[in-house]
Order: sequence, then C-alpha cells, then structure tokens
Amino acid sequence: MKSAEEIFDILKKKFGDAVLSLDKDTPVEQIISIDPLKINLISKYLRENPELQFDSLMCLSGVDDANGIKVKDAEGNEIIEGGTLSVYYNLHSVSLKHKITLKVSTPRNDPQIESLEKIWKSANWHEREAFDLIGIKFLNHPDLRRILMPYDWDEFTEEISRHPLRKDYKNPEFYQGMKVPY
Amino acid sequence: MGLLDKEFSDGNIVIAKVDDLFNWARLSSVWQLGFGLACCAIEMMATSMSHYDFDRFGVIPRNTPRQADAIIISGTVTLKMALRIKRLYEQMPDPKYIISMGSCANCGGPYWEHGYHVLKGIDRVIPVDVYVPGCPPRPEALLEGLLKLQEKIRNESLRKKSA
Repeated sequence: MKSAEEIFDILKKKFGDAVLSLDKDTPVEQIISIDPLKINLISKYLRENPELQFDSLMCLSGVDDANGIKVKDAEGNEIIEGGTLSVYYNLHSVSLKHKITLKVSTPRNDPQIESLEKIWKSANWHEREAFDLIGIKFLNHPDLRRILMPYDWDEFTEEISRHPLRKDYKNPEFYQGMKVPY
Repeated sequence: MGLLDKEFSDGNIVIAKVDDLFNWARLSSVWQLGFGLACCAIEMMATSMSHYDFDRFGVIPRNTPRQADAIIISGTVTLKMALRIKRLYEQMPDPKYIISMGSCANCGGPYWEHGYHVLKGIDRVIPVDVYVPGCPPRPEALLEGLLKLQEKIRNESLRKKSA
C-alpha cells in the first residue's frame, strides 16, 4: 500500500515533465495531474509496476472546467472560448488496496487525450461517454462513437448543441421533427 | 349494455347491435404491447402481477406490436427512444390505443426544463387516448386508466372512427 506522495514520487522519477503536479488539497484521494498525450504510457506503468498494480479503473469522468472567457457568438449565444476540458481517472489497486486519482486537462478548442482502452477495458464505454457528452477526442480509441445521445444528433443540431454537458450547451429547437424544449 | 336483454326462449340466440358486440369483445381483450421504459414500468409490472392482476380486465402483455391493441408508454421517453416508439406504434394494427403512464410520458416530468435528452410528452409523437398522472402512478391509477380506455372503446362506433 502506497500513499499518494509515494506514487507521485515514483512517477516523477520515471516520467519527469509528463507528470505535472500533485494536488493535496482535496477531500478524498489526492490528484496527480498528467500530460494528456502521455497518459497512456503512465497508465501502463501504473498497471504493470509490481509496486503499484493499479488493476482497476473504477471511474472516468469528463469535466468542463468552464475556465475560458465568456463571449457572444454571431447569433448572440453566450459561448466559452479558451480554457480547458478535463478528464479524471479514479484508479484502485485491488491487490495492494491503494487508490489514486489522475487528472488530465486539454485545450477546449482542440481537446485530445490518449485512450486508455488498451490498458483498462472499462475505459472503452467511459471514454465514449466523455466523447458524447463533453466532446473530448480520445486518440487511438477503437470505436469512438456516441454512446447515449442519438447517433445522428450532429446532423440535426448546431455546433453549440453537440455536447450536452458543456457549460455553454444550448438545447436545439428540433430533433428529427420533434420539438425539444418544453 | 344489454346483450342479454332480448334473449329468445330457447337460449341459443342473442340479439345485439354490432357496435355493442364488437366493442364488448374488443374492450374485454385489450392486449397491450409488453413494453417498459423506466420506473413506471415497475409499477406496470406490479399491476400485471397477482395482487392487482390486470388480466382480470382482459389486459395481457403481448410481445409483438403486430398483435397488440394498446401500448402503455410507461416511463421517460428519450428523443432516441421516441423514434423507436413511433416505429412500434406504426407496426400495430388498427384500432390501436395509447395510454401515457406517468409524468414523464405525459409532459416530460422532472426533466421538463433541463432534460436535453427527454421528449416533453409522448403526445408530440403519437396520439394519446388516456393520460395517467403520477410519478410513478400506483397500480390502482394504472387500472383506472385501463378502465377509462375500456370506457372509451365501449362508446365507439364502426361508422365513426373514434368516440
């Protein structure tokens, strides 16, 4: 069983700049921030290192940080420009009984994160969900389709109505001839 | 209704209006498409079990739209599901009836404002005969809805499509 500081030190020694920081000011598990394009290498190491053995990806959450600037677009909708989207990975080692949370942040205008599907299979649908609802592209994902919203959602909606859990999301008026708002 | 009002003395002949006979036959065997969506479906299943037993009124779940008379929209209808429900409804033979069960199917329910994925009332897609309010409605309420549907069928006529 290792503490978050020990795990952070192991990763920092191995991967250097790809491991950004350790956030200790959290109510539960401490959070290690990672470079979004190195997350697959670091995750593989976390899983396979005999000292760490993170064999379970418990949860994967996409988050809209909404830390950009609010501006009006051509149609008068308030949209967010700049800032980041984030993904949190909650890892657990069943054999060693320790936990850690990883965080990656990626620019809102071109959100790209390496997929972890090859490391933990549970990431497959979770990443599809983050892609569907937040709009994060997971590189090297084998099947990056929408999972909850209709597959043809894009054909009937504007750019601002693509990903419902973005903070500047606007509900479309119609989908397939059905009125959407109340 | 008076099916037995004018019984002949030998007991083998009954005189009735065709409307009355057909309506009586149809309302006594409303086969509903076995179809559940959300928590309302749990109440619908409870209504079909021995405690409430909608088979008493001739309502039987039928697992094909081709041989169903009614469909109970029991739960939250997402936009994705609405298209499938429309397809199922179109596959049912006439005459066909729809019971909208619970607040979600009636008007969107708790998802009315921020539910980006919820159709705000199934009547935006297919015509509803009976609305059953509740969140979810108790089995008694669904039975009341089924009886209301029977009442509607009882007053129909072959010449007019709907009562």
